[in-house]
Amino acid sequence: MPQVSMTVNGRAVSGEVEGRTLLVEFLREGLRLTGTHVGCDTSQCGACAVHVDGKLVKACTAFAAELDGAEVTTIEGMAGADGSLSAVQQAFQDYHGLQCGFCTPGMVMAGAALLEENPRPSEADVRQYLEGNICRCTGYHNIVKAIMAASGQEVEPVAAE
Amino acid sequence: MYAFDIERPTSLADAKALLAGEAQALGGGQTLIPTLKQRLADPGTLVCLSGIAEMKGVTSGPDGVAIGGGTTHAEAAEGLKDAIPGLAYLASRIGDPAVRNRGTIGGSLANDDPSACWPAGALGLGATIVTDAREIAADDFFQGMFTTALEDGEIVTAVRFPVPEASAYSKMIQPASRFPLVAAFVARFPDGVRVAITGASEDGVFRWREAEGALSADFSPEVVTGQPEGPMIADLHGTADYRRHLCAVMTRRAVRAALDGTGGLSSAGA
Repeated sequence: MPQVSMTVNGRAVSGEVEGRTLLVEFLREGLRLTGTHVGCDTSQCGACAVHVDGKLVKACTAFAAELDGAEVTTIEGMAGADGSLSAVQQAFQDYHGLQCGFCTPGMVMAGAALLEENPRPSEADVRQYLEGNICRCTGYHNIVKAIMAASGQEVEPVAAE
Repeated sequence: MYAFDIERPTSLADAKALLAGEAQALGGGQTLIPTLKQRLADPGTLVCLSGIAEMKGVTSGPDGVAIGGGTTHAEAAEGLKDAIPGLAYLASRIGDPAVRNRGTIGGSLANDDPSACWPAGALGLGATIVTDAREIAADDFFQGMFTTALEDGEIVTAVRFPVPEASAYSKMIQPASRFPLVAAFVARFPDGVRVAITGASEDGVFRWREAEGALSADFSPEVVTGQPEGPMIADLHGTADYRRHLCAVMTRRAVRAALDGTGGLSSAGA
């Protein structure tokens, strides 16, 4: 079986995997990092989104063995060492950008990836960037507001119209 | 998924040797991995192409632009911005951001999904598909739904695009899959105009010759009338007649975008 080594949330990890072991299985079952969710398992919903070498990737649609040597960041790696939330996480709390919370790890990872690429996105930019992240509760309004707020732009501090 | 072995070559020569047997190539995996999960494929061995540095990157030269077969959609979108804005636009709206960070141009062309975006760009620009064995003109490469001129184990190492005077891509997005319901790529060259349509025909991507003739005489949206012949895809997202109708609508919009220099536009469809 292939051996795989990567850096996950700043920590060097390694293990044996099957060829068919998905990144999300390696994270959740191998490393017990269960913050990365499996929603659809068909590459549609984005709940499993993580950063691989700084880029947004669906962890259910990449094999662990392909990512030998990669730097991976999951939702567990977003807060500071002292537990302080990242800007995107804090904004999701402040703007109530979630209801059931299942899609939230992927939404936070997508929002953070967007702000890396485009620090001051328009609302249309945010909505377009979230095309691969599905939320069945919120109707997206407060998720979009949270990401806009995390970029330092003014948004109305109220719930969805 | 059925169990399989995975190989991770770092050179094209090693990949070629590994693919000489029963093995299957794995590009970015954005189609193949979902297919494996459905147990629609049982490859035995997968040869992962993502570690082959010589198959990545976008280079511009006097003969046009070359894109390595292992280049992701996102990297291609960035690298094509100045050289061919219409093609950059096409790459920038494939799937969603996470798909664009893994999926590759070589994988998309080799798969030849009848609704994929890259085949429209390759055929619309008259690209040359370079493999580990030969060079294939786009006009000869696409041979029907999920069918190309590639032999078993042949690898798309690069794609060369000539630079047009103007080009654009217009896509009616099927919102659940984000594939085109129908999309048109239009490119104007000094010696004529090429129009490629994806998402519509049961034979996969095709050139709409009547529209090419009209646009070569007068490059303006109004001259695109009528409908292409041939069997059209019909499914729950759209009837054959609807897709046939969209061919002209998408082509006109692409011409307008090429004239405006915007690269393209998308709208959410059925």
